[in-house]
Amino acid sequence: MALSGVEIFKLLPKTNCKKCGFPTCLAFAMKLAQRQTTLDKCPDVSEEAKKILGEASAPPIRPITFGSGDKAVKMGEETVLFRHEKKFVNPNAFVLEIKDTEDDSAIEAKIDDVLTSEINRVGQLLRVDGICITNESGDVAKFQALAEKVASKAPEVPVIVATENPDAAEAALKHFSGKGAILYGVTEGNADKMVEIAKANKATVGAKADGLEALSALTEKIKSLGVEDIVIDSGARKASEILEHNTYIRRAAIKKNFKPLGYPVITFAQRDDSMFEALVAGLGVCKYSSIVVLSSAEKWKNLALFTLRQNIYTDPQVPMQVEQKIYKIGDPTPESPLLITTNFSLTYFIVSGEIENSKVPAWLAVMDCEGLSVLTAWAAGKFTGSKIANFIKESGIENEIKHRELIIPGYVAILSGAIEEKLEGWKVTVGPREANGLPAFLRSRAA
Amino acid sequence: MAFEAPKESFSGVVYPVTIGKDVQETFGGENTLPFHKFEGEVPNRPLIALEIQDVAPEDWPETVRRVYADVSDDPVKWAQYCQDELKARAIALRLIGTHPDNKDLSADDAVKVVKDVLGAVKVPLIILGSNHVEKDSEVLPKVAEAAKGYNCIIGKAQEANYKTIAAAAMANEHKLIAMSELDINLSKQLNILLTQMGFDKEKIITDPMCSALGYGLEYTYSVMERIRLAALAQNDEVMQPPMLGDVGMYVWKIKETQAGEDILPEWGSLEERAILWEAMTASSLMLSGAELIIMRHPRAVELVEKFVDELM
Ligand code: B12
Ligand code: SF4
Repeated sequence: MALSGVEIFKLLPKTNCKKCGFPTCLAFAMKLAQRQTTLDKCPDVSEEAKKILGEASAPPIRPITFGSGDKAVKMGEETVLFRHEKKFVNPNAFVLEIKDTEDDSAIEAKIDDVLTSEINRVGQLLRVDGICITNESGDVAKFQALAEKVASKAPEVPVIVATENPDAAEAALKHFSGKGAILYGVTEGNADKMVEIAKANKATVGAKADGLEALSALTEKIKSLGVEDIVIDSGARKASEILEHNTYIRRAAIKKNFKPLGYPVITFAQRDDSMFEALVAGLGVCKYSSIVVLSSAEKWKNLALFTLRQNIYTDPQVPMQVEQKIYKIGDPTPESPLLITTNFSLTYFIVSGEIENSKVPAWLAVMDCEGLSVLTAWAAGKFTGSKIANFIKESGIENEIKHRELIIPGYVAILSGAIEEKLEGWKVTVGPREANGLPAFLRSRAA
Repeated sequence: MAFEAPKESFSGVVYPVTIGKDVQETFGGENTLPFHKFEGEVPNRPLIALEIQDVAPEDWPETVRRVYADVSDDPVKWAQYCQDELKARAIALRLIGTHPDNKDLSADDAVKVVKDVLGAVKVPLIILGSNHVEKDSEVLPKVAEAAKGYNCIIGKAQEANYKTIAAAAMANEHKLIAMSELDINLSKQLNILLTQMGFDKEKIITDPMCSALGYGLEYTYSVMERIRLAALAQNDEVMQPPMLGDVGMYVWKIKETQAGEDILPEWGSLEERAILWEAMTASSLMLSGAELIIMRHPRAVELVEKFVDELM
């Protein structure tokens, strides 16, 4: 359990010397309890207090960075069980498995799938985050060859090295030394050797055990061997087990501050049927996995999984929004059409995408409606005739264009009269309801 | 530090709902979070119903319209196909043709379709209006009467028309879908209004309003989780009906289920993408609490059933 402000206060020097930047030790303690400052700001705190407070203030799920450089992925640090309580913090990583038994062309195709997986959705760049190489063959030379290939073709991609054989681990991991790799396959039986190998290569340890009790004992052991950067696998593979174990792990860490399970979870979702695999992976996204390992990364599957992850990890309090302004799409001239929409990210990206598809250059007026969609904003009274009229007048667009025609979304056709009334000299045209009607609509007008 | 499973048990329970006459299906009834069999009772699988319409599905995208090309001109053939060939456990008949902007079919037209379909299949029937507030309050009471004795689900009752629709469901012994707009308080309020008029709360199915993956799914997901926690942890009786995810209708209108790979190569194959989109929307909503799901593509249903198999 996290300590309360008063409990923390009891451990501070109580001199109110203000060196921490707060007027009193109590004020500092309160901020510490809310995690709005850090203990190192107080120079006089005793060693003993540091130890107690350090442990209590560490996040219940250890932060871990997978990979290095631009493609590094942050994991852990979660604070709640349900997303409506507070934003889920670090989106899970999707990792594609490549086995050393696969033939060369399959291996190259998979590396390529990862390298070309990036998709822009609602303004975010999403991709398959990493590669998991698995020593399926049991052969050390083969595994090393695979490691070498991945390291040279995809040098920036975070990697999991999966094997329980320390010799294979050593041979493969050295190709990713210092790059934030994960050495997965550390068990009760091989921990002594494997942890040394992980340490030598500055890798995170992927602990694998059968069940949560054994897993707790194993992470304690790994910690005693001097490594705290751990990701954990309880052996759950069936959907029912994944749900059970992940729920228990998250609850134990967050509600009971149970340290032995306070680590990011790795889930193996591979299935023969790729569509079904996507649903199991989706379970990992919704229910607390930090890494989800896949056997294939088709573009259609990636898109669905990335979208689910984006949905689950958005802030429940603040919709994603874009800046209010007049956006230029293509190279609009003073004769180009002017359209209006709201500043909900999803709405903006769909509408601007469809205008781009039309190849008709246009002006897109994006009005601040606190990140609400067109209909929601209209229903909430934020996208009304007079507000739209004010926005258009104040935007300065009248100096940019020669015509006085505003195209509004089809769903709010009802607003056209009100806008014309408030915007003198303007004509309102009702566009299609769905944005995918825009290309045909704009092209037929341009013709 | 030894590990001890942090189990949680609840005082509340979700009402089980049984529908159908000759063939019956029951969903709901759990006293724990979705699929949390490790700490509570989950007596029933979620129920997935295949959606059919009273008129040909002209606005359904090709990927799903194709599946029903030979039968969808006739709701009876369509229903039989779903029951006999696709092994649907339940059928949801949407009377979309009654919508004034559609074919504006009359209540009597709707009654005929409902009677014909009821006569042709044995699996439970869910009868849905066109979501037009006034028209539904005209059509649904008549079809509810025509379906008396079949123990159907009638829907959807909304704040603006719940009185007539609920009265008809009550008089003809059907279950009722109560739909509100993505807000836990509105949902609770509608259930209270229904019980105040004497409607049995154990015959309600809550529809907190669906949304598709990528198009507001997170709102439906969280509203469902909150409703379920209110039902279980706070033992709030009006929040205890099972929940509906009306998935197909929301999924099969978005771009991801329509745009071909030729237009958007970076999105990959349309067929798989579209089917997965429906399956994943459904599976995610089941994880947040939906026990009744309405879907369109049989392959998507198959995937979700398989997912439930692994969870149960
Ligand atoms: C998610 C959602 C919410 C979220 C808000 C999400 C957000 N950031 O906006 C929440 C839960 C907060 C919410 C609240 C409310 N909501 Co709401 N909500 C939805 C929902 C499910 C999806 C909205 C969405 O994201 N759409 C996707 C975006 C991309 O759509 P869009 O902006 O309209 O853009 C499309 C088109 O309009 C068009 N387009 C956009 N711009 C332009 C521009 C031009 C020129 C053209 C031609 C086309 C075009 O292209 C886009 C794609 O095709 C819809 C129902 C639905 N499934 O549509 C209801 C819906 C919009 N909500 C509704 C209502 C009534 C409300 C509330 C008033 C009720 C309540 N529950 O309290 C509140 C009001 C909010 C407030 N602050 O007071 C109603 C609106 C009724 C109506 N017909 O006007 C809807 C339609 C539900 C319903 N009845 O079916 N809602
Ligand atoms: S620096 Fe330390 S001792 Fe001084 S006021 Fe802050 S908490 Fe108290």
